Order: sequence, then C-alpha cells, then structure tokens
Amino acid sequence: MLIKKASDIAPSEITPSKLFHDRRRLLQLTAGATALAFLPQGFAAGQKFGELKKGAFVLDEKLTPYDSVTGYNNFYEFGTDKEDPAKNGGTLRTRPWTVVVDGAVGKPKTFAIEDILKMAPLEERIYRMRCVEAWSMVIPWVGFPLAELLKRVEPTGNARYVEFTTLLDPGQMPGQRGSVLEWPYREGLRLDEAMHPLTLLTVGLYGEVLPNQNGAPIRIVVPWKYGFKSAKSIVHIRLTETQPVTTWNEAGPKEYGFYSNVNPAVDHPRWSQAKERRIGEFLKRPTLPFNGYADQVAQLYAGMDLERYF
Amino acid sequence: MALKAWRNPPSAFQAGAKVAIFLMSLVPLALLMQKGLADALGANPIEKITRTTGWWALCFLMITLAVTPLRTLSGWPWLGRFRRMLGLFAFFYGSLHFLTYFVIDQFFDWMAIGKDIVKRPYITVGFTAFVLLIPLAVTSTDGMIRRLGGRTWRRLHRLVYIIAGAGVIHFWWLVKKDVSQPTLFAAALVGLLGLRMVFAARARTRGAAIAERSRGE
Repeated sequence: MLIKKASDIAPSEITPSKLFHDRRRLLQLTAGATALAFLPQGFAAGQKFGELKKGAFVLDEKLTPYDSVTGYNNFYEFGTDKEDPAKNGGTLRTRPWTVVVDGAVGKPKTFAIEDILKMAPLEERIYRMRCVEAWSMVIPWVGFPLAELLKRVEPTGNARYVEFTTLLDPGQMPGQRGSVLEWPYREGLRLDEAMHPLTLLTVGLYGEVLPNQNGAPIRIVVPWKYGFKSAKSIVHIRLTETQPVTTWNEAGPKEYGFYSNVNPAVDHPRWSQAKERRIGEFLKRPTLPFNGYADQVAQLYAGMDLERYF
Repeated sequence: MALKAWRNPPSAFQAGAKVAIFLMSLVPLALLMQKGLADALGANPIEKITRTTGWWALCFLMITLAVTPLRTLSGWPWLGRFRRMLGLFAFFYGSLHFLTYFVIDQFFDWMAIGKDIVKRPYITVGFTAFVLLIPLAVTSTDGMIRRLGGRTWRRLHRLVYIIAGAGVIHFWWLVKKDVSQPTLFAAALVGLLGLRMVFAARARTRGAAIAERSRGE
C-alpha cells in the first residue's frame, strides 16, 4: 500500500492566498457583525455614540461643516488629493483592531479597540485644527485624554517620548502602494506633550464614530500642533527614551520639525504661516501662537528657542 | 500616405477647426464656473480655482509648444495657424490664475503679496513666468509682428521656453511632497524641447549636405 507523505500536497490543493484572505475577511466580517449586534456603543463609521460627557475644552467658534471635515483631508495613505481619503477610505477595515502599547513601560499591553472605547468616559471636545498648509477648521471630536491610556501601561522613568505608528497595509490603504512617504506613517510627541490634558485619544467626530478618512478607528488630536502631528489609524504606541524618527521630518527635515507647534512667527520655508484660511471663510485670519492654546501649553516650551525647535 | 491627404484641407475645414479649438479651450473655464455656481468646488474653493487655472495655464503652454513639432512630424503646415490662439489661451488661464491669487486669495494684501514674491521662490518663479508672458501676448498681433520684424519677433518669442520652464519649476516647488504631476509636465517639456533639438540638428545636416552638393556641381 502506498502511503503518501504529508508534505505531498499538490500545489493545486493549496488554497490560493486570495481565497484564504477572502475567507479570513468573511470570518472577520461575521465576527464584526456579531460584536456589533451585542454592543450598544457605536461601531461602524457614521454610527452615533450614546451620551457624551461634556468636554473640558469646548471652543466657542463656528463649527466647520461636517461635509468639509469629512471631505477635505490630508491622509496620504488613501491618496494625495484632499478628496482622495473620502473616496478611497472604504477599503480600510476597522474591526478587529488592536493597538500595541509597549516600549519603556511597566505593563506593555495589546488593547482591543472595544476595550479602549470603554476605558474612560467619552467626551466631546471642540478644537481648532490648523494644517501646515495654512488652512484651518473647527472640529467637534469625541474621545478622552491620551494620558488615560498611557497611565494604564505605567511608563518607566526612562520614558521620554511617545511614538505613534499608523497601520501598514497597502491592500487596505492604496496610497501605500506608492512611495510618496516612507510607510508606515510615524509620528511622535514628547511624553509631557502626550500626557497633556489637551492631547486627545480620538474615536469620533460630530458625535459619531470616526469616518475612515479621518483616521478611524483611533487617532490622536494634538490641537496646538500642525495637523500632521496627529497620527491616524494607530496600531502601535511605543514609549521611548530617544526622540523617535517621524515621517514628515524624515521627508523634509528643513520644512517639518519634530515639534511643529503652530507658530505664526516661524514660516514654512516655502510659505507664510502668519495667516490661515478657515475653511468656509473668504478672508484669511491671523494664526495664533500654539493655535490659540498658548495659555494651556506654552509653559511646556519655557526657555526653548522655538525658531530652532520648529 | 493618408497623412499627405491632410496637407492642405479646404479652408472652410481649417476655419471650422479653429472655432472648435477655441470653444474647446473655453471648456475648462466653463466647467469651473459651472461647479462654482453649483457650489461644487469642495471645501476650499479658492484653492481649487487657483490650482485649476494654474494647471490649465501650464497645459496650454505645453499644447502651444507642441504645435511646431506636430506640424513638422505630420507635414501639415496649417496646424501652425492655431499656435497664436493656443498661446493666448495659456496667457488667459495664466491671468486668471494670477488674478485668483491676487484678488481672491490675498485680497489685495500688497504687503503679503510683495513678501511672497520676494521670499517664496516658487512665487518668484511663477510671477516671473506670468510677467514674461505679457510682452508675448501684447506682440501677438499681425501688426506687432510686422512692426518688430520677423527676426526680432521670433527672438522675443523664444522667451516662451523660459516661461514654460519657470512654470514647471513653479509647480514643482509648490507641491508638498507628491511631485507626480509636476514630473509629467517636466517630462512633456523635455520631450518637446528635445524634438526641437532633433529637428534643428537634422536641418543643419541637411543644410550642410545641400551646401556640399552645390559646391560639387
């Protein structure tokens, strides 16, 4: 009798990787749908959150319309045109989603997005958002302070910086098939910046689950810095002893500093930062130091030469 | 050869083609106006208008520069009759682009505009290209060509090469990171200038050959 060895699998019998992944995708979908049925909290983009805590920082300025906030985005993972992220964001799968938090911490942990959503009361915060390209918005975000998450992993005494990494998956993020930036997208903050109460771990906007084009399912928002500092679709948060390499700084070290605090007095080498166009307005308005949050954050940079550390 | 049959089409056809090209050249503006009226220019309409008019100005510069090589390649001399109109459309979209920046974007903020022109290389280059286009537009009439004389006129209009180069650099320097579009324009410009060099070299050897032959006779 002929006994076939286990390794003798005809190539034709191997499940093609596409089918394998489709099947995996189907299982994910099923799991997602099941989870969706059992959880009261919003899951799919556009789904409304329940009762939100009144945020500590609510700006009294006219909100930028929802269509502009979700239709005019810089998110190169989905293309470099402002309309691309809304057009191409549909391929991003936001469930299941985990965020690895490790590095210089006492208790490294991988968090499921569901656990993050239950970690602290979600609040609405209305922040200004100033893009390095000299336009701005006013956006009602939903989230809680990043410090809540960081406390849970107990940063060690050596931790001085926090590095954020965006998902790397050209299948889901078509922009990553090109090499316009070094993928995956990395951003970073000093630990005291990351722990600042203004720094928001964000899961929604306009009272609903974050649309994919705005960095679903989880991003940070650092309102006193240019928009690109606020990493989107985060899968990895690493605490480090040394200053992390960040994507835009790597792409243009003279143009995009590690700090990138909003500063009308320090121009981008190619354009002025003195004024900005608020989306929806005709005339430009003056840009405020630290994007108007100087009272809260200026002391973080006491004694620092902001022209040098731009 | 089929191409030869087109060497001298009836003048009615040529006139019709000219009208068609004129109308087609207005389509980008019409689309922009239609979108503007429909409030469909997106979240940042001023940026959209600036980008679109600038893109078409550059595009018409390239189309204008393509006329002469196309005429040579096809052997259809009448194609040259569209060159002036296409060049004027480059000036037209360039003017719209400049006025959008000047009036809508900066809203007559002379200080800011002055600073931009001096301090921002991409604006310096773009502004230079626009200013250099003005004498070419002004001297585009038959009367001006006559007054200047063909040689002087041709020499003056060689400025278009500098203008096109400056336009491409302007685009290249202003994009944040994605230079794919400026690269396309740069490639088109290099191609068009390359063709001219090939034709010039060929004309020179042919000229030398003729001279040789006439010496031998």
